[in-house]
Amino acid sequence: MAESGQFLIDGKPTPFRAGQTIMQAAAEAGHYIPHLCYRPEFPPHGSCKLCSVKANGRFTSACFEPVTEGMKVESETDEIQGYRKRVVQMLFAEGNHYCAFCEKSGNCQLQAVAYHLGMEDTHYAHQYPQRKLDASHPDAMIDHDRCILCELCVRASRDLDRKEVFGVAGRGLQARLVVNSPSGLLGDSNFALTDAAAHVCPVGAILPKRQAFTTPIGMRRYDKHDIGEESSLTPIADKGE
Amino acid sequence: MNAPTEQPARLTVATCSLAGCFGCHMSFLDVDERIVELAQLVTFDRSPLTDVKHCSERVDVGLIEGGLCNVENVEVLREFRASCRYLVAVGSCAITGGVPAVRNKFTLESCLREAYIDAPGIDNPHIPCDPEIPLLLNKVRPIHEVVRVDYVLPGCPPPAEAFWELLTALIAGREPELAYEHRRFD
Repeated sequence: MAESGQFLIDGKPTPFRAGQTIMQAAAEAGHYIPHLCYRPEFPPHGSCKLCSVKANGRFTSACFEPVTEGMKVESETDEIQGYRKRVVQMLFAEGNHYCAFCEKSGNCQLQAVAYHLGMEDTHYAHQYPQRKLDASHPDAMIDHDRCILCELCVRASRDLDRKEVFGVAGRGLQARLVVNSPSGLLGDSNFALTDAAAHVCPVGAILPKRQAFTTPIGMRRYDKHDIGEESSLTPIADKGE
Repeated sequence: MNAPTEQPARLTVATCSLAGCFGCHMSFLDVDERIVELAQLVTFDRSPLTDVKHCSERVDVGLIEGGLCNVENVEVLREFRASCRYLVAVGSCAITGGVPAVRNKFTLESCLREAYIDAPGIDNPHIPCDPEIPLLLNKVRPIHEVVRVDYVLPGCPPPAEAFWELLTALIAGREPELAYEHRRFD
C-alpha cells in the first residue's frame, strides 16, 4: 500500500497518509466534519454518529473508516447534513437542554453543532429524563440530564488520568454515566479538578463549581464563530474550558 | 373625491403567551421604532397588545410564546392553529417547554403542595380548585407535541432581529432566513 495518496471530500482532492481515518485526514487538511464524541487523543468511539459520511456511496463513520486511494467521500451534502440535524435533535429531545440557564451555553459543542447544522427546533417529543444531579464533589458537579454519553470523560479518566472514575451503565434509554465510588457519587471518588476528565466534557454535564457565567455574552467561543471555522482538534489543555 | 384605490391586503398577525414570561413579546417590541413601519404593513388581531378577545376566522401569522402548562393553554393554542395560516413557535418555551419544564422533574402534586400547603407563611392552606381556574397539565409540553408548527424563532428570547426577519420575509412572500447570530438558544 502506498505511504500516501489522495481522496476526495465533496469533490475536493485531499491528501492522506496510509492508515489514517477519514476524520484524521480531513482534520489535517483543515476540513471540518461535525463530531461530538471524537477527540484525537483517544481511540474513536463511534457513539454520536455526527461524523457520518458516505464513502464510495456507503454510509460510514468518518472517525472509524480508513481512507483508501481515490475514495469519494460525501460530507456536506443536503442529505447528510439533514441526517446529522436529526441526530442532534434526538440528543436535544433526549435530555434536558435548557440552554437559557446552562453555564456552558455559548461554549457548548452540542449547541454549536446544532447552530452549524441550522437546527432551530427539536422536532421530536421530549423525554424529560429525571436523573439526579450530583453535587457531592467540592469542586465539580454532574448534571446527568445534559450528558450525551460521548464517554470522553470515561476515556480521559482511564487513558490520561489513570483513575477510571467514570463508566457507562444500563441499557438502551436507561444508559447513563456512572461514577466509580462506593456510593456512586463523584464526591466519594478520587476525581480532581486537575484531571483531564474534568475538562473534556463537550456539553454542560461535568462542570467546575463557582466558575459560572464568567464570560460576557458575545465573547463566548461560539457566539460569533461557527464551530466549523475553528480547529476542533486542539489538545484538551489548550481549550481553556 | 374618489377613495384611494384598493389597498393590497395587509398581513394579519395574532400573538399570545401561553406558559410564557412575556419576554418574547418584549423582545418583539425591541424592534423599537420599526414598530411604526410594521404598523403600516400588518394589522394586529388577537394579542396581549390589543383588546381582541378571539382570533378572527382567518389570520395570516400566529406568534405563540410559551409552552403548554394548563388546559386553557391547549384551548388557546388550538384556536390559534384553527385560525392561523402560519403558526410560529416563538422562543425556547414554545419549542422545548423551556425553563417552566424544569417542573417536569417533580410530580404535579408535589409542586402544588409546595406552593399552597407546605411553603412557609401560608394562611388557610389548600390547593385552589375553583372551576374558573384552568387545571394544570401533568407535564409542561412544547407546542409541537399538540399542533403542527410552521416556523420557529429559537432563543430565550429570540432577538428582535429574528422577529423582524420573520415578519418582513412573510410580508415579502419569501422564506425567512435567520443569520447565525440571530439563531440562538439562550
